[in-house]
Parts: sequence; structure tokens; C-alpha cells
Amino acid sequence: MRKKQLMALSTSSVITLKINGEKHTLPVDHRTTLLDALRERLDLTGTKKGCDQGQCGACTVLLDGRRSVACLQLAVTAEGREITTIEGVADGERLHPVQQAFLELDGYQCGYCTPGQICAAIGVIEEHAAGWPSAVTEDVRPEAGPPDLTAEEIRERMSGNLCRCGAYVSIVEAVARAAQTRQDAATALPDAEEAVA
Amino acid sequence: MREFDYQRAHDVAGAVALLGTDPDTRFLGGGTNLVDLMKSGVERPARLVDIRELPLDDVESTPEGGLRIGATVTNADLAAHPEVRRRYPALAQAVLAGASGQLRNMATVGGNLLQRTRCGYFTDVTRPCNKRLPGSGCPAVQGEHHNHAILGASDHCVAVHPSDMAVALTAFDAVVHFETADGPGRLPLADFYLPVGDTPHRETALPPGALITGVTLPPAPVAARSRYRKVRERASYAFAIGSLAAALDIRDGVVRDARLAFGAVASRPWRALAAERVLVGAAAGAEAYAAAADAELAAARPLPHNGYKVDLMRNLVVAVLSELAEEAAR
Repeated sequence: MRKKQLMALSTSSVITLKINGEKHTLPVDHRTTLLDALRERLDLTGTKKGCDQGQCGACTVLLDGRRSVACLQLAVTAEGREITTIEGVADGERLHPVQQAFLELDGYQCGYCTPGQICAAIGVIEEHAAGWPSAVTEDVRPEAGPPDLTAEEIRERMSGNLCRCGAYVSIVEAVARAAQTRQDAATALPDAEEAVA
Repeated sequence: MREFDYQRAHDVAGAVALLGTDPDTRFLGGGTNLVDLMKSGVERPARLVDIRELPLDDVESTPEGGLRIGATVTNADLAAHPEVRRRYPALAQAVLAGASGQLRNMATVGGNLLQRTRCGYFTDVTRPCNKRLPGSGCPAVQGEHHNHAILGASDHCVAVHPSDMAVALTAFDAVVHFETADGPGRLPLADFYLPVGDTPHRETALPPGALITGVTLPPAPVAARSRYRKVRERASYAFAIGSLAAALDIRDGVVRDARLAFGAVASRPWRALAAERVLVGAAAGAEAYAAAADAELAAARPLPHNGYKVDLMRNLVVAVLSELAEEAAR
């Protein structure tokens, strides 16, 4: 918990952040963003700093499973939330399906935006699986059903992540493949459960 | 960035008490605008009261058939909500047209209403700006103003309100609810944003120390067939240069009800009441839609470099209303 004197103005707090399932307790100046806390204080440098003003997506992490930019999130406000960074998406030595797809399809060139692209893609795939429409979804009414995750849908949903190398064509393919992998696993799962039952 | 105190509020009364009437304290929602402005020095609060954990994160149906949207509902949750998509599709579309997926997961409804203009002079603390530093002047009038206001502006400020969500809420007569130390209050969104006049630094009619607790939408059957169309300089993740929220009810070839609100043309979301008056009772068709747009845009006072917005809005009105009419005929 944050410790501070009651009523007096305090410009720093001792906070505990839960990152990739592990708790880290550290004192922070309130001005510290989650991005700087990760990179400068906790040596979790996989999350990248691009614009530092919420425009490029390089610092994308998952907060309670939802993609967010760590540069506009004050570290002190992230206390109590589940933070997942690129260091935490793989299952031990087994890559996350999104990581695997980026690797197989060359979804990057220099790699600087890649951790943010991958965290964003994980969020995108979950949002789509939950039936969320996007700005390019023709009919947003629930009766219309969830839109197919077409290339157009992927481009719109991933528009918060810039790639200066311009690897977008491969990124779109990688997101599509990872989404398909997830869908195949989801449709295979009920059968597996039936077999067990 | 100036150093600041941080407090986390757990209930509405506590949040209001923590803010008090201290002009140096700010409520912090998603932070996507406030934290950015603190980094650039536009905002220099001495204390932040974090309201993200307040129990204001629900979207509920009202007994009358409208919706009540809590102030801390994220943009993402608002746009994904089945009843928003069913009853007010233009609102879902407007929210989805704004920012990026990451920012929509963070940003809240209350903060969206209170976000500041993206005018480049406002966000650059080395430049004069009447909104940021009253009396310092408005360089945009003679300077870079290709995305500035054509309606309701003054010589003191020509900035536009950047919200997409608020445009759709304005079309559907939303009411803003707030809490103060003296009790709760409400303001129709039509009265929420103040006219620019010579006080562009005073943006809303919220009383000092007020916390926005939510927004209600009255039932609006016409909204079930509605659209939000946003024009911008790239296909995604950019602020509007012009936008339109529109709803249309046509029966037997006659317009029975119409709702129009313009975005990115004024210091606030611009309800196009003059256009609506022309439409209601008129024979549906491109002629009526163009006449409606012209009625509203007669008041436009474009600057040397933003006259294109008059044509843009006229075209948007005709195109979107034609699409809605076609959809109704199917």
C-alpha cells in the first residue's frame, strides 16, 4: 500500500506493482510514468519508448488484459492492476502465438516497435473475440454479429502502432494468422472437453 | 513536470471532498489527455485525485428507455456495449472513430467531455494563447488555422473541440450529471460548453469543484437509425477536420424526425438545429438535405485557410442523410 502522511502534500509514494505475475515494491516520484518505471527502475526494457506522448504505440502493455500505452499511465495509478509486458507474454520457452506468427511471417524489420505491436495484437485479438466492432465495421449493431477479422479490420484496429520501417504488410498477416490460431484452439477446445467428459 | 500529490478516491463524496475548491487540484481519469498536457507544461496541478476506481463504470438502461452512462466507463466499453450499439449506433461509431484502441481502453467518458483542444498554439507553452493564458492573444486567427472553427468562434479563440463522442451525445440530447459539495446537479450537454466570447479559458458551465458522475441519454427511437461519419487527413487515428452525427426518420417520403450535430467546426460539438428545422416536414431527398446544410452553414465565418470546411460539412450532410434514407428504404 502507499504510505504517506495524512493531509500533507506528498510528491512520492512507495508502490507495489504486479508485473508478469511478480510483485515489485519501489518508491516512485508521482511524475514517473509506468513506462519509465518499467525501463529505468525495474530493468524491464522490452517495453520501448517512442514518442512518449501516446501517439506511436511502442510502449503498449496489457493492463488487466487490455492494451494500454505505458507512457500516459502514471506508475502510481497502476498499483493494484495486473501488468503484462512483452517479457511476460510467452509461456516459459514457448512463444505466445502472436510472437510465433510475427517470427514466422517477418512482422518486423528493425524490431523497435515489435514489443508494442505484439502486445497490441494480443489485445486486438481478444477484443475481436469478445465481439467488439471497430471504426470500419459496416454495421455496429449487435444483431449484425461480430465482423470478420479482415485485413481492413486489422489495419484499423492496429492503427495505434506505428512502424517506421513500414513492415505493415507482414504485421497484418501475422495478426491474422495468430487470430486464426486462437480461433482454431477455441473451436477445438469444446471437443476436447467433450472427449474428457 | 511540476511535482504533485496523488490521492486515490474510493467514493464520489470522498472524491469531491479531496478536490475541494483548490484550483491546483485535478481529477485524473484515464489520463490520456491530462498526463500528456502535464508533460508539455500546459497543465501544472499540485495534486491529482484519481477517480478511476469510483463505482461509476456501468452503462444501464433507464426506466424511460434511455441509457445512463457512468463517468468512468472507458471509451472502449462504451463503444462495445450492446445497448449503445443497438439504440444509438452513431454514438458507438463516434467513439470508435476516436483515438486508438490503446487510448480507448484508458480514456473515460467524463474525461472525454473535458478534454482540451488540440490547437497547436494551446499545446505549445512558448506561444500566446487566450485559452491557456487569458489576454495573451490568439495567433491562430492570423496563423495556422486550417483545422479551426467556422462556427461560433470569436477573435479571441478559434480552436475546435476535439471529441467525437460528444458530437453524437449532442445529437441525442444527452444530459451531464455531476456532484458537488452542495449536492448533485445536471446540465444538458447543449448548455454544458460555454460560448467562446472573450473568455475562451472558461470552457464549461460546471460549477467549481464539480465531479462529472455520468451522462444520461433520453430515449430516442430516431437514433436507432443513425450514423457518425468522420473526415480526417488520414484513414485512422487522427482528429477530425469535420464530422457529422446524424439520425433520420422518414415515413411516406416525408422527414418526421432528424438529428444532426457537427464536429470539429466549433469550440463545442455543434447541434445543427437550423438544419433540423428545415428537414422536419420536408420531402426526403438530396434537395432537402442540401437546403438543411445551407441553413446551418449560413452562419459560418470561415478563416482564410479553413473555408473548405463549409463545403465539407455540406457534402457530409447530403451524403450521410442520403445513406440513412437509403438504409430506411431497404
